[in-house]
Amino acid sequence: MNYLSSIGSYFIMIIEVFKKPTKWSVMRTLILKEIDELVYGSMGIIIFISFFIGGVVAIQTALNITNPLIPRNLIGFATRQSVILEFAPTFTSIIMAGKVGSYITSSIGTMRVTEQIDALEIMGVNSLNYLVFPKIIAMLFYPFVIAIAMYVGIFGGWTAGVFGGFSSSADFVEGLQLDFIPFHVTYSFVKSIVFALLIATIPSFHGYYMKGGALEVGKASTTSFVWTSVVIIIVNYILTQLLLG
Amino acid sequence: MIEVDNLHKSFGDTHILKGVSSSFEKGKTNLIIGQSGSGKTVFLKCLLGLFMPDEGTISYDGKIYAKLSPSEQRNLRQEMGMVFQGSALFDSMTVEGNVMFPLGMFTKQSKSEMQDRVDFVLKRVNLIDAHHKFPSEISGGMQKRVAIARAIVMNPKYLFCDEPNSGLDPKTAILIDNLIHEITQEYDITTVINTHDMNSVMEIGEKIIFLRNGLKEWEGSNKEIFKTENEAVTDFVYSSELFKKVRQMYIEERN
Repeated sequence: MNYLSSIGSYFIMIIEVFKKPTKWSVMRTLILKEIDELVYGSMGIIIFISFFIGGVVAIQTALNITNPLIPRNLIGFATRQSVILEFAPTFTSIIMAGKVGSYITSSIGTMRVTEQIDALEIMGVNSLNYLVFPKIIAMLFYPFVIAIAMYVGIFGGWTAGVFGGFSSSADFVEGLQLDFIPFHVTYSFVKSIVFALLIATIPSFHGYYMKGGALEVGKASTTSFVWTSVVIIIVNYILTQLLLG
Repeated sequence: MIEVDNLHKSFGDTHILKGVSSSFEKGKTNLIIGQSGSGKTVFLKCLLGLFMPDEGTISYDGKIYAKLSPSEQRNLRQEMGMVFQGSALFDSMTVEGNVMFPLGMFTKQSKSEMQDRVDFVLKRVNLIDAHHKFPSEISGGMQKRVAIARAIVMNPKYLFCDEPNSGLDPKTAILIDNLIHEITQEYDITTVINTHDMNSVMEIGEKIIFLRNGLKEWEGSNKEIFKTENEAVTDFVYSSELFKKVRQMYIEERN
């Protein structure tokens, strides 16, 4: 019953976010600030993780090819498919649920605890629009992050494959081009947009409606990470079934 | 003027306010006192429109809050200023940014007009050189002054303060009390203060309401509180030896 009530409150929150918009001159500044914090500020960790994940996928694939009849271009093919279909959109989103999600929950939660949200409400500001809407808009730039993660992941696979002596550059590139289906990239971007909305809103919900003090802010951050990850994984399954099934 | 009639508020099975009625006059500092758990904060949050009462009405200069449309309620809220117990300043903004925030949100003033207004109110609360400091870089007393400056920057009709001098040293607490009192008279604001501080009661309590178990137990002024025979009030207000002696001296002086 509690879960149902929370799900209902979450959707009511989403509706409230779009009511009584904040003055555009103020909102524009908030959106730019959130793009800097949530998107640009996450580039470093995303590039780092994608590079090594791509490398590991290439090495694992190479080490599992024992049959001499299997062509070596499979390493590039498997790296491309794994990175584009799952690692870039889904794995990166789980990382972002931890990094960005906990930042969102703790910053909004701290504002709740220190009565800053009450101060906004008393001034007549729609605090949900003021706090959550800029995060949603900023996270719409998330597919750009995923595109970079795809490129870097594949580059990581190429680096590990070629410099690790598992594949020649020509074989790897041939594998990258083999049976390429452009819709897989579209599928990946569709997932990214949906995950972006989840990463912006679920942690905001946990921060905004939290009760208690500093300890509860920490607990809310953990809970929001768990729930964001769970929802991302379930939605990933549903979207995969709908778009590729 | 704020008029409250038969205010009831419950949370689940807990009945917090059990029919409080009173009025708060313009240009006066009105104090709400009472023990922890007496319903003071819930009462103040009902006045602020943060909690909707289960029963009863609150009217602001004749306008009943519950009967206003959402946009009228928002407009009314823009006529309210609030000083929170913990100041509730926005951490990410400087002192100037905090005070300028309501002006930027709700007025069409130019940058220089807003700057002039911010300079004026910061000067009024005796903060001169703190414009570019962040809340974490200034003392608790200064934070309270910034909160007062932010609360009055829009020329509010109603000023609400929740324990404005909690956590402050006695000297700073008196300065804050006097500042609120002066501003109330200067701008003819209806001020309601939630407090535990008996110095505030004695110094600036032009009207005092004592809440007990969700009911109004007593009301009067800081002069009348010396004379009251209400046991619950005297137990609460004169709980310290010092205040008992002060009261005794006052009564002896009168006799």
